[in-house]
Order: sequence, then C-alpha cells, then structure tokens
Amino acid sequence: MTTTTPALTGSRRRPGDKVFSGSAAASAVLILVILAGVGLFLLAEAYPALVAPADEIEGGEGLVVYLWPILFGTIITAVIAMLLAVPVAVGIALFISHYAPRRLSQALGYVVDLLAAIPSIVYGFWGFQVFALALVPLYQWLAENVGWIPLFAGPASSTGRTILTASLVLAVMILPIISALSREVFLQTPRLHEEAALALGATRWEMIKYAVIPYGRSGVISASMLGLGRALGETMAVTLVLSASTSAITFNLIGTANPPTIAAEIALNFPEATGLRLSTLIAAGLVLFVLTFAVNFAARALVTRQKGGST
Amino acid sequence: MSSPHDTGTRTEDRAGDGRTSPEDPDAAVLTRHQPPSLAASMHASLPRWAGAAAAALGVLVAAALVAVTDVHVALAVVVGAVVGVAAFVVASRVVEGERAATDRFVTALVTIAFVVALLPLVSVVWTTVSRGLARFDGAFFTQSMYNVIGEGGGAYHAIMGTLIITGVATLISVPIGTLTAIYLVEYGGDNRLSKVITFLVDVMTGIPSIVAGLFSLALFTLLFGPGLRIGIMGSVALSVLMIPIVVRAVEEMLRIVPARLRESSYALGVPKWLTIVKVVLPTAASGIASGVVIAIARVMGETAPLLVTVGLTASTNFNPFEGRMAVLPVFAYYQIITPGIPPQAFIDRAWTSALLLILFVMVLNVGARVLARALAPKTR
Repeated sequence: MTTTTPALTGSRRRPGDKVFSGSAAASAVLILVILAGVGLFLLAEAYPALVAPADEIEGGEGLVVYLWPILFGTIITAVIAMLLAVPVAVGIALFISHYAPRRLSQALGYVVDLLAAIPSIVYGFWGFQVFALALVPLYQWLAENVGWIPLFAGPASSTGRTILTASLVLAVMILPIISALSREVFLQTPRLHEEAALALGATRWEMIKYAVIPYGRSGVISASMLGLGRALGETMAVTLVLSASTSAITFNLIGTANPPTIAAEIALNFPEATGLRLSTLIAAGLVLFVLTFAVNFAARALVTRQKGGST
Repeated sequence: MSSPHDTGTRTEDRAGDGRTSPEDPDAAVLTRHQPPSLAASMHASLPRWAGAAAAALGVLVAAALVAVTDVHVALAVVVGAVVGVAAFVVASRVVEGERAATDRFVTALVTIAFVVALLPLVSVVWTTVSRGLARFDGAFFTQSMYNVIGEGGGAYHAIMGTLIITGVATLISVPIGTLTAIYLVEYGGDNRLSKVITFLVDVMTGIPSIVAGLFSLALFTLLFGPGLRIGIMGSVALSVLMIPIVVRAVEEMLRIVPARLRESSYALGVPKWLTIVKVVLPTAASGIASGVVIAIARVMGETAPLLVTVGLTASTNFNPFEGRMAVLPVFAYYQIITPGIPPQAFIDRAWTSALLLILFVMVLNVGARVLARALAPKTR
C-alpha cells in the first residue's frame, strides 16, 4: 500500500476530494464576496453623487434633502403595512395551527402560500386598477367623518392611489411571510405544555394564551421584522399603486400629495437617468440596502439567539 | 390583540367564582376556577350551529345595510361582522359563562382573520383571470411587438426573454447554491465560516430585488462602462436573489440524508467526494429538484431587477450577451403604465401577461410537488 495504489492508502486528501472540497468552499466564500460586492459596487457607483456639490443633485439642495422624504415615505408605508399585517397574520397562523380541522390545515397553509407565490407586479396591477378605485369612497367617508385625525385629514385622493392603499397592498403581500413563520413556531410549542393546560381545564384560548403565545412570541417578532424588511424593499407594487407626486413629508395617509418610497423612486426615474442622476438613484439604493440589511440582520439574529437558547 | 382579554378574563373569573384562594400566588390561574365553570360548561353549551348562525346574522345585517342605506360596502361588512361576533359572544356568555365567551370571541376573530386574508387572494386571481382572458389568444403567444403600434401584437419576445434570462440565472445559481450547501453540510461542520455563511444566506434572502438589479448594473458598469443593457445582466441580478433560496433548499435536503448511508459508503473505501456525488446527492435528488423549481418560480415574476438591467425591446432577441431583451413582467409594466392608442389594447396585453405570469408560477409550484413525489421513492 504505497505509491502504486494511492486511492487505498486511507489518506483523506485524495485529489478528487481536494478539488471537490475546494470548489465547495470557494462557492461558499463566493456568497460572502457577492454580499460584500453588493455594498461595494453600489458605493462605487454612488460615489459621484456623494461628493457632488449640493446644487447639482436632483432638487438642488443636496443629497440628504433629496433622500430624506423618500426615506420617510419608505419607512411610513412599510411600518403601516407591518402594523396592519401582523395581527391578521398571527390570526391566520393560529387558525391553521390550532383551530382548523387537522386534515384541512395543510391545504389551508398551501392556499396562504399561494399568496406569496403571486408575482409582485400582479399585486401592483390589482392595487392600481381595482383595489385603489374600490377604496375611494371609503377615503371620502374617512375624510368627511374622521378628518380631524391628522392621518385622514384629506382632501381624499380621487384615484385612491395613496400611502394607505400602498400600505394595504404591501400588508397583503407580507401576510404569507409573517404567517408562515409564525405558524411554524406555534406548531413547535411543546405538546405537553398544551395538553397540561387543557388538562387543567383551560379553554382553547387560555391554552393558547398561556402555552403557545409565550413560546412563540420572539418568533412572531422576528417574523414581523422579516415582513417589514420585505415591505421596505418592495418595488413594483408601490411604483404602480402609489401616485407619488411630491417629495414632501406628510402624515396624511389618504391625500393627493404622497412621497414616493426609495424603491419606487428608483424604478420610476431609472430608465431616463444618466450621469449624476443615475448616481443619485444608486445612492438611494445603497441607503435601502443598508436599511433592509439592518432590519433583516436584527430579525435573523433574534431567531438564531432563540434557537441557541432553546436547545 | 391579546391584552384586553388578558386582564378581562382573569379579573372576571376571580370575581365570578369567589373561590380564589389568596395563598396561591403565581401562575395557577388555570386551576383557580375549576369546579363551577367546568361544571357549567359541561352542562350548558351553545349548539354546534351557533357559529354558522352568528355568521349568517352578520351577513344579513351587512346585506340589509347595503340594500337600505348608501353606506360603503366595506363599512357595511365591518358592521355586519361586529354584530355577528357580538351576538355570538353574548349568547355564549349567557349560556356558557365568561371564559367560554372569551374563547368563542377569539375563535371568531381568528376565523375572520383567515377569511380576510383570503379575500385579496380571490380578488387578485379573479381580476387577473377575467381581464387576462381578453388577449389569451394565439397571436399573443406567436407574435412580438415588432412594428405593432395599436391593437394586436403579442408577447412572444417577452416570453422567450423571460425563459432565457431565468434559464441562465438557474444555470448560474444551481451549481453555486448546491456547492455552498454541500460545503455547509458535508465539509464546514460547525466551523466559524459555515456559521457566518448560514447567517448571511438568511440575511441575503431579504435583499430587496431592486438592489440586486442595481448591484448587477453597477458590476457591469464597472467592467464594461455605462449604458449597457443586456440579458446576462438580468440573469446575474436574478442569481443574487436565487442563490440563497437554492442554498436553503439543498441544505435542508442534505441534512435529512441518513448518516449511515455515508458511513456505509466510507466503509467500502469510497472517497468522500464520490460518496457525495453518488450517494448523498441522488438520495436528496427529489427534494433538490423541487427546491430548485420553487426558486425558479420565485424569481420568474421579478420585475424591478430586470427593469433596471435588461430594459425593453419590441423585437425578439435570443442572445443574452447582446442587446436589450424583453421580459414578461417588464413588458407588462410598460404596457399598463404608458398605454398608447387605443389604451385598452395595451391594458389587455398587460393583464394577459400578468395572467401568464401567474400561470407560470402556479405550474412551477405544482410541478415542484409532482417532481418531489415522482422522485421520492429513491429516498426510502
């Protein structure tokens, strides 16, 4: 067993193994390179906008003044979408995990997953041509009757393509993500905890309140943050649904003057943009990347910590 | 959602049965009120049709409101739901007691949440199908938009573009994704690099699609100068979105391959890399195949990254390395956002494209399931 039969020497570093493990490791490292590349290449292309004099940036008052309203628009639509989606998503998750008949629950889960499979541009079409129009009377009613709340100050938009509509469409789009992850953690609740609660005479809701929710709370929080991350970066649905007419900061959710989101601003202006304008848009994209990266990072860190703690 | 009922139930119960012993300090909430309420709930409970009856009442109220007054439909539905739930809960409270009523209330809320989630799904699918059928004809699948100004034309060029760009993206993503997963499961073990990569792959799934598009654009601009729009740029952008999905799917599948299969192979003197190629991967093949198909479905409908990288053209282009390419979602977007004359022709083409996208995605999703089942016996 010497040089003539190297394959049988028991050496763990055979040539085939070297090549294979090397390429596997290279692919793994390539992922790190891609992630770093996203940040670095965006930074390189955005650089001209970062150093340009203030009056040459779109709007004429510098990058920060240009970015601030669209960052505001991004955050407000995404946060409202998350606030609207989370209670419903938790309800769906509970319905599927603890209320629906066992045989049905898998099929129902599949139906909710279908919501996630529909391409975002289709939601955009639907929001733009169906949903927004259907909401117009509601907005008028809100502006007339509860207009004293600043959020519904009006005058109501006649197209319905407002911040609130965009948030509602985004809420529908992130529902399946939040509910799928919440469902998963709810189903992991130790069976013994649930049965112990029921054996003590708890009703189903009391069992959920004392056994399922405490167990799943951090999972639901991180699922919500992942949903928020998705809503922050969603492009086409917002581009189509939101009628972005101004770069003003407003809390009026149903009015005619709406700030765009970062992603929508890029998609709307990109085709005609060249030179410095292009760099400005890429700088906006960089801000979006950093924002979503931070949100996703926090959400995943929460999940990882929870997993580490429970095992 | 929980907090108001939280305190509600507890205090009511305490007051209700009066038996709470002051000396049980902590969480014994569940045991506090056993005898009376358990007995009560066993003797008296609402009939099984009560839920359906309450739902019917809600629908009736909503329908009456719409018919008699000029209230907006959404508002009528809200009022109907509130009335139905209230009736249900009050009836339960009278017959079954406080705790059961709270339970019924939550059941109603959870069920309503599910129905609320289904409404947009039904509405989206219904709208897309009914509006998309207008141009779901032969010409749509066989003609491009070359020399088409108003009516007619089709999306042949865009369908081909979508298939080519998604196909190239798959060719890039599947090897990288699979090898990365192999590294994580077979080689990395618990070392620091594999932990970092696992975490970053998760984070990477959250990259906004438009940022992936900008990344590809920035990369190609640095390499070849500004203004370039070619199909491969779109494929690279889609790969950024697709790789983490493939890694996740393959990793999950590799982890469930039993260790004894690997050990048997090693015992026969088979090198590790051959074990992976000949034993581990074939065993996991069904799961990997369905994971890849689902990843394709996930990126096929992406619009934003292609909007910024491949642009749009009216004619058919089969070469991903030269010239702009039309893809279905971008084609649909421009049709609806900048309609020409007559506008309806453009809007119809947009909706038909949307319908086609949904069909593609659904077929791929169902296909993934069929594939998983068809290849599954190998794992047993």
